[in-house]
Amino acid sequence: MTRLSRIGLFFVGALACVPLVAQDAKKEIQRYQQMIAEGSPVELFELGGEELWKKPQGPNSASLEKCDLGLGPGVLKSAYARLPRYFKDADRVMDLESRLLHCMTTLQGRSREEATRRVFGNENQPSEMEYLSAYVAGQSRGFKLAAGAAHPKEKEAYQLGKALYFHRAGAWDMSCASCHGDEGKRIRMQELPVLYKPQFARPIMATWPAYRVSNSQFKTMQWRINDCYRQMRYPEPTFASDATVALTAFLTVTAAGEPYRGPGTKR
Amino acid sequence: MRKALFFLALCAWPAFADYTSQDVQRVMQRDFHARGQATMDRVLQDGLQRVCTESGDKPPAGLAKALEADQLKTIDFPGGSLIGDWKRGERIAQVGRGLQWTDSAGAPGGGSCYNCHQLSPQETSHGTLGPSLLRFGAVRGSGPEMQRYVYGKIYNAKAYNLCSQMPRLGYSGTLSAEQIKDLVALLLDPASPVNR
Repeated sequence: MTRLSRIGLFFVGALACVPLVAQDAKKEIQRYQQMIAEGSPVELFELGGEELWKKPQGPNSASLEKCDLGLGPGVLKSAYARLPRYFKDADRVMDLESRLLHCMTTLQGRSREEATRRVFGNENQPSEMEYLSAYVAGQSRGFKLAAGAAHPKEKEAYQLGKALYFHRAGAWDMSCASCHGDEGKRIRMQELPVLYKPQFARPIMATWPAYRVSNSQFKTMQWRINDCYRQMRYPEPTFASDATVALTAFLTVTAAGEPYRGPGTKR
Repeated sequence: MRKALFFLALCAWPAFADYTSQDVQRVMQRDFHARGQATMDRVLQDGLQRVCTESGDKPPAGLAKALEADQLKTIDFPGGSLIGDWKRGERIAQVGRGLQWTDSAGAPGGGSCYNCHQLSPQETSHGTLGPSLLRFGAVRGSGPEMQRYVYGKIYNAKAYNLCSQMPRLGYSGTLSAEQIKDLVALLLDPASPVNR
């Protein structure tokens, strides 16, 4: 991964060279976003994910090649664009990571505990989930986001996600809407999309998961939600729990129709 | 009377479709877990969190006044001058740590002020979630009343605006009395870059 680290360092260095004077900030940020998208190492993560997808693992010594992401065993084309969705075999709505976890436990025979021991990686060692997310999501490029919204449990997940979005609690009394509630706001220099509105949810949900240049890491949507709750001063949302899936369901349904163009490259 | 008003208000407001804030709280109790200093009691809503959630941050005026008065009582105003050291205040305003599961418990946190506000003109990397506080003291003065207001606002913003998005930085244990005084100085001291 030293190559990735070097690429990341290059971009962080480039960032430092961009003068972020307030009035020019927006233009500079846009220029920077374009620059980082042109040399992104996302493809390397997709290749790493493909290797892991095909690698026999766990007590069953099975690969994930028969994993059913909603369109049949092993069908990857456009599968990510249709998540989260209801899965009859698990009788719950699942996002990409919770479905991958399901396949790890059912096909590969791994324990949930073992498979979730290290779901978020770091610069030197990305996690299995991160590689796999890059690979699976990449197979949906060009397909319109169409998360499940018809099954009663899908409707329930959407409603729960929406309620979670506006729910204020935690040591700092925050909800998602505290930061992602009004248009044109920033934390420091970071612009904040108003994610309950389709026009803002669309470009964001169409580019997650994503490679983050500032720390040379590939990040999943589960990580994004986890890290928001950390900064909101909540306890930790459990990986792949219904609450996290419901939030992603709410956001992805809100973004419906946008062609997927990730995995993205972000600051 | 206040309690009755409170419960009446809760019954009268339609929550978000099928999920009441109590339902959401139950989901969080099931789907979240304690980590480090971020303990599970944090998902239990207090009265104002519930009122603000269920009213979409627009509580009826009477109820808001009553609950703001309750919040005002939580503020522990120190005696004497409330103006600390603006230089220390500037550092506290820059720091965004405190109360997260990745922060060590007991280590001094920061005010995260620049995340949302403009303060010193030299710091151009500031957020815009809150109003600009540039020249705050120069415009408003720095007398005892203003000192008391700024101290109180930082300690518990909800005493002045019930559904404010600003954290209750003293009440939540994020900042100490000394740290808040240093922030009061950053905003009010004529020598502070905020006012020069």
